Amino acid sequence: MAQTTHPPGPGGHAASGDGSTRRDFLYLATGAVGVVGAASAAWPFIDSMNPARDTLALASIDVDLAPVAEGQAITVTWRGKPVFVRHRTAKEIEEAKTVNLADLRDPAADDARVKKPEWLIVIGICTHLGCVPLGQKVTDPRGDFDGWFCPCHGSHYDTAGRIRKGPAPANLVVPTYAFTGDTKIRLG
Amino acid sequence: MAQAQATKFKNPLVNWIDSRLPIFTMLDHEYNHYPMPRNVNYLWAFGAIAGIMLVIMIATGLFLAMQYSSHTSLAFDSVERIMRDVNYGWLLRYVHANGASMFFIAVYIHMFRGLYYGSYKAPREILWILGVIIFLVMMGTAFMGYVLPWGQMSFWGATVITNLFSAFPIVGDPIVTLLWGGFSVDNPTLNRFFALHFLLPFVLLGLVILHTAALHVCGSNNPLGIDAKGPQDTVPFNPYVTVKDGFAVVIFMIVYAAFVFFMPNYMGHPDNYIPANPLVTPAHIVPEWYFLPFYAILRAIPDKLGGVIAMFGSIALLMALPWLDTSKVRSCKFRPIYRQFFWILAIDALVLGYAGAMPAEGAWLIIARVGTFYYFFHFLVLLPVLGKLERPRPLPNSISESVLKGGGRVAAGAAAKPMEKA
Repeated sequence: MAQTTHPPGPGGHAASGDGSTRRDFLYLATGAVGVVGAASAAWPFIDSMNPARDTLALASIDVDLAPVAEGQAITVTWRGKPVFVRHRTAKEIEEAKTVNLADLRDPAADDARVKKPEWLIVIGICTHLGCVPLGQKVTDPRGDFDGWFCPCHGSHYDTAGRIRKGPAPANLVVPTYAFTGDTKIRLG
Repeated sequence: MAQAQATKFKNPLVNWIDSRLPIFTMLDHEYNHYPMPRNVNYLWAFGAIAGIMLVIMIATGLFLAMQYSSHTSLAFDSVERIMRDVNYGWLLRYVHANGASMFFIAVYIHMFRGLYYGSYKAPREILWILGVIIFLVMMGTAFMGYVLPWGQMSFWGATVITNLFSAFPIVGDPIVTLLWGGFSVDNPTLNRFFALHFLLPFVLLGLVILHTAALHVCGSNNPLGIDAKGPQDTVPFNPYVTVKDGFAVVIFMIVYAAFVFFMPNYMGHPDNYIPANPLVTPAHIVPEWYFLPFYAILRAIPDKLGGVIAMFGSIALLMALPWLDTSKVRSCKFRPIYRQFFWILAIDALVLGYAGAMPAEGAWLIIARVGTFYYFFHFLVLLPVLGKLERPRPLPNSISESVLKGGGRVAAGAAAKPMEKA
C-alpha cells in the first residue's frame, strides 16, 4: 500500500528502485493474462470468417463419368472451382507416360497423377495466376503438348496436366477424389 | 493539471512521433494525469462501460455484417445460418443482441447518475446535450438493428415506428413513403436500415469523442457536486480510476456473459423467430424493453399526433434540462426535497416501462397516463419551482475536507495524507 500512495511518475510507473521486482512481476503477469484473454476473445471473430458448416457440407460432390466418351472432356464445379475430367485416348496416355521426367519443370510420373489411366482429373486453374486454361473442347487450342493452353500468359500443359512451357511454376493440381464405382467418382 | 507540460517519454520512437503528432502527450494528459475528483463512486464507471459496449457492438456488428444478407428473401435465413452454420456465429449474434440491452442498461444508469448528482448543470450543459443526442442516435440505431433479422417483431416494429411520422399533418404521409422507399415496409426499407445501422455506430463514436472532449474541459462531476479546487481534491486518472473502472467493467461483463451464455433470448421476443409476414400482425406488439417507457407515453395520449409529440417531447425535454432545473446546487445529497422527487421519477420510469409492456387497456392505460403526467410534471413544473423554494443543506467547503471528515464513504483515507502534500 505504501507504494500506491506516491503519485505516479511521468511514465505512469511507480517510483523506481525499491520493490521494483514485485511490481514488474505484477505487470508481466497482468500483461500475460491480458494477451491470453485478448487472443481467446479474438478467436471467435477470426474463426467466424472461416468456411461455415453449410459451406463445408457442399465440399464434396459425386460425378457420373459414364456419358463421357473417349477423347471427350467435361468440366464440373467443385468448391466453386472448375475441375477438368478428361477421358484420355490411348495415344494421349502413351504421350503422358513416355515423357522423360528429367525434362519436366515439376517432375511427376503419370501414374502418380491418375487413379485409372483413362481418366485424368485435375483442377482447371492455371498455376500461374489462376486463369482457366483452354483445351476442354476438341476445337480449343490445346498447346504444344495436346493438353491445355492457358490464354492469359501462354502456359502449355500436357496430357497429364503437367506444366511443359510458359510462365506457370507447377502442374495442374490433382484434387482429392475416389472412384465409388467403375465410372463414378466422388470429389473431395 | 500541474503535469500538463509536454512529457518526455522513455521510448525514442514514441518521442519522435510525439514531437510531430502529440497523440501520446494528449493520451498521457487525458488518461494518465487527468485529475478526477477523489470521491467519485462506482456510478462514475458507467461512462467507461458504455464506451466499451460501443466498441463491442461495432466489433461484433462488423463480423455479423460479413455474414448477413439485407434482402427480404434472404435476411431471416441468413441470420439462422449465422446461428447454425457460421463458426461462433451464435456467439457473435448473442453478444451483439444482448450487447444492445447491456448498452442501454449502462447508458440509463449513466443518465440517472447525471440526474441525481446534477451533472447536467453549468458548466456541463453541452456535455449533457451531447449525451442526449448520443441517446437519440442509439435509439435509432437499436431500432434499425432490430429490424434486420426480418422476423415478425422486426417487420411490425418497423411498420409501427415508421407510421409514427404519419401523425404529422400534410407532411406525414410523404415522410413515411420516403422512409419506406415504397408503399409499405419492404425490401428498400430493409436495405436502407442496414446501411444506416452500419453507419450510425460510427456517428456515435464521433459523438462519444465530442462528449469526452467536452467532459475533459471542466472535468468530472462528483457525488458532492462541488468543484475540485486543487490537487488535494483529485487523484490522477491512472491508476486510481483506470483500476476502479476496470473492476466495474469486469463485474458488468460477468452479468453480460450470464445473459449471453445462459439466457440469451431473455430480453428478446420469441415472435421474432417467426419470419416476417406482411399479412399477419402478431396479437401483441411490444418494442424492445429499452423503449418501453417511451412506448407507454406514446399510447397514454388518446390522440395520435398528441402521442407522437409527447413521446418525442419526453426526450427533447431532456435537452432543456440544464435550464429547467433552477437550483444552483448540483448533488441531490444537499437537496432533501428534490431527492425524494428524483426517486419518484426513477420509479415512474420503471412503472412506465412495465405499463408499456402490458396491453394498452383498463388499469394499465390509467397507470400509463398517471406516469406520463408525472414525467412531464416533474421536469416542467417541479424542477423550476423546487429550485426557487427548496432550502438546500449547507455544502462542504471542499471535496478533501468532506472526505477527511468522513463525510463520504470513499475509501481514500489511507492515500489521503501524502496526496495533500502533492
